[in-house]
Amino acid sequence: MPRLILRSMITEFGHFALILAFLVAIVQTVVPLIGAHKRWPAWMAVAEPAASAQFLLTAFSFAALMYAFVISDFSLRLVTLNSHSAKPMIYKISGTWGNHEGSMLLWVLIVTLFGAMAAWFGGNLPPTLRARVLAVQAAIGVAFFAFIIFTSNPFLRLVVPPFDGQDLNPLLQDPGLAFHPPFLYLGYVGLSMAFSFAVAALIEGRVDAAWGRWVRPWTLAAWVFLTIGIALGSWWAYYELGWGGFWFWDPVENASFMPWLLAAALLHSAIVVEKREALKSWTILLAILAFGFSLIGTFIVRSGLLTSVHAFANDPERGVFILMIMGFFMGGALILFALRASAMEAKGVFGVVSRESALVANNLLLAVSCFVVFVGTMWPLVAEMFFDRRLSVGPPFFNMAFSPFMLVLGLILPIGSAMPWKRARVLRAMRPLRYVFILALAVGGLAYAMQSGRSLLGPIGLFLAAWIVMGTLVDFAQRTGRGSGRLARVMRLPRADWGKMVAHSGLGITMMGVCGLMAWQQEDIRVAQFGEPYEVGGYTITLNGVVNKEGPNFLSTMGYITLAQDGREIAQLRPEKRIYPVAQMPTTEAAIDYDLARDVYVVIGDRQATGGWAVRTYIKPLTNWIWIGSGLMALGGLLSLSDRRFRVAAGARKLPNAVPAE
Amino acid sequence: MKRLALALTLIAGPLWALDPSEMLEDPALEARARALDHDLRCVVCQSESVASSNANWAQDARRTVRELVAGGASDEAVMDFFVARYGEFVLMSPRASGSTWMLWAAGPAMLLLAMGLGYGYLRGRSRSVASQEGALTEAEQRRLQEILKE
Repeated sequence: MPRLILRSMITEFGHFALILAFLVAIVQTVVPLIGAHKRWPAWMAVAEPAASAQFLLTAFSFAALMYAFVISDFSLRLVTLNSHSAKPMIYKISGTWGNHEGSMLLWVLIVTLFGAMAAWFGGNLPPTLRARVLAVQAAIGVAFFAFIIFTSNPFLRLVVPPFDGQDLNPLLQDPGLAFHPPFLYLGYVGLSMAFSFAVAALIEGRVDAAWGRWVRPWTLAAWVFLTIGIALGSWWAYYELGWGGFWFWDPVENASFMPWLLAAALLHSAIVVEKREALKSWTILLAILAFGFSLIGTFIVRSGLLTSVHAFANDPERGVFILMIMGFFMGGALILFALRASAMEAKGVFGVVSRESALVANNLLLAVSCFVVFVGTMWPLVAEMFFDRRLSVGPPFFNMAFSPFMLVLGLILPIGSAMPWKRARVLRAMRPLRYVFILALAVGGLAYAMQSGRSLLGPIGLFLAAWIVMGTLVDFAQRTGRGSGRLARVMRLPRADWGKMVAHSGLGITMMGVCGLMAWQQEDIRVAQFGEPYEVGGYTITLNGVVNKEGPNFLSTMGYITLAQDGREIAQLRPEKRIYPVAQMPTTEAAIDYDLARDVYVVIGDRQATGGWAVRTYIKPLTNWIWIGSGLMALGGLLSLSDRRFRVAAGARKLPNAVPAE
Repeated sequence: MKRLALALTLIAGPLWALDPSEMLEDPALEARARALDHDLRCVVCQSESVASSNANWAQDARRTVRELVAGGASDEAVMDFFVARYGEFVLMSPRASGSTWMLWAAGPAMLLLAMGLGYGYLRGRSRSVASQEGALTEAEQRRLQEILKE
């Protein structure tokens, strides 16, 4: 049976490659650091091929694990626990990272990927800085390789392989969620690059405009990935969990949101470093903290500490290991920061009212709002440890304590971004925006007048959206100057300006979606009888029948529902209740009629003893704008990432090959 | 009341978030009950409120909320009922009492601190406009200010 042996060998090769990658990472940490310190070019040059090798080995290892999932090799413990032969192929593949061990391997794969990319595209960096960046990046790799190999090895075998696996959690068998972790990890780990740059700069003892320019694309990329990852996750929660919530403020979500907030702050403060050579030490600190929050996030998710203190005790080894990694990197970096930050002398000078100070305000709001989320997330732990109170902190707290920061951020955004560098006047910056402000107020007022309730949330959302989007557009148009040929000049504006306009508009649009949904949602729960229409928020809903069906690995109860408005049929909705027999788990599949103005969200419940079926209907206004806005934010980030000044920086790599620079 | 508490611990009934059969006839009372559901945490799944949870416990909790509301209990009384039996954990957000004021104060306090630091920094930056580049570092500036104040 040579084929079976080969299959088995691939797994062993994967395991071996993982260990080799660990060793390469150790070499890549030690040798270039010494080389950079002693100015030995040959030692520094080790970093580049090592980064490539580390990535290729890890990629092979990950591919081997994925292969084991694809062929359902149940001699692997991990595959048995998380897969099943009857599962659709896409979920066999996503099963690779749908578990602790596999997701950690994905994590470290991305660490090495970013390291390799820094090696490949970092040709224009000074050699010592490049060597140090790659060494720090490899050090992160070392820690996580060790974590995987010693506490979470995905390649462990079972002595007696079972005939079939135990299936992946059916909630996770969903296209939205299959790709949610990879994006989130690309974001989390992308911040490791900003961290490596920050630590390398501290070791070098130098931060200048060029450093700001190098660190920004990595931060932007990480932020874009985080945005996409978070949006996918919340979209999944919206359509999968069966009642249309999009954000729950639970510790795992907060774990991804905190790095997002800090990355947003970082990519703004890096602009100040790049353009004005100020805010240097703050930017370094932000870069360290942003990655710190990624580590905290990993710790929260992986140790299970915050869902329950007891889950942590079940597996203290892993939790303590990540805690040690966190302590080492954060402690080390912050000590280095304390020693060296004073060397980061600011050059740029500017007035108290200026673009710079607007960006400082942006950073304050983002950092403090991140702090609020952090305190809220950790508070149950603090309360239990120090005050002996078992309590929980949920949405009511976060909505109250966090939202005001976003409100203020939205208010100052258009003014701040219209201000010139160095010295500005608030009134002058406001002048082109005054009509927009009045118009936005009118939009909010109109919404207030038209709504039935007294809630301010919806009108505030519409006001903010109008203010931010129109304000950003006006600011964008101002950049082209006056006179003819304006349209042509708009097209020639730098991509960074386009990115700024699109991303800021996206933020406003997301705010509108969030406020609209929270303020104007309608809910209806009732027993529906076959063929008896009823009204919900102006829509007519008729339950025509309920059928049992069989899916590939689940049993389904499907409702046939007609959605109509003003006597005209709009859609046929098919909400389902599923049961996954292998995992013994029920799920709900809501049927949603998507529309830009509102979603109609229908869920089928149980058959009632009195006859008929329970049907829940939600009218969810403006919901889709939450994700359209998120998409625009990500698109804006990408546009900014493609700006010429970064491409030129990347293209400069070719120069040293043609003409020896040194 | 004892029987109610007992009913809460029994595991029974179908698996579903708020079922029509649980609902109160009076829409005003039902609306109040639903608002209360959102402020109570499901102690089984922990990350969801009683309103959205499918756990049996959450269903019993919803029934209890409705019994209490229909019996004329105030919102506070309903909350107290649950806190007395399940501890503060059952609230979606802790009440601002005892040590919890720190949780609520943390954000505003940090904001004030950050604003103070930020303003100090901006003042420092704009001061060096006058003294021109490289004349004095921030620390020296601050020292100078102190000396001048004395």
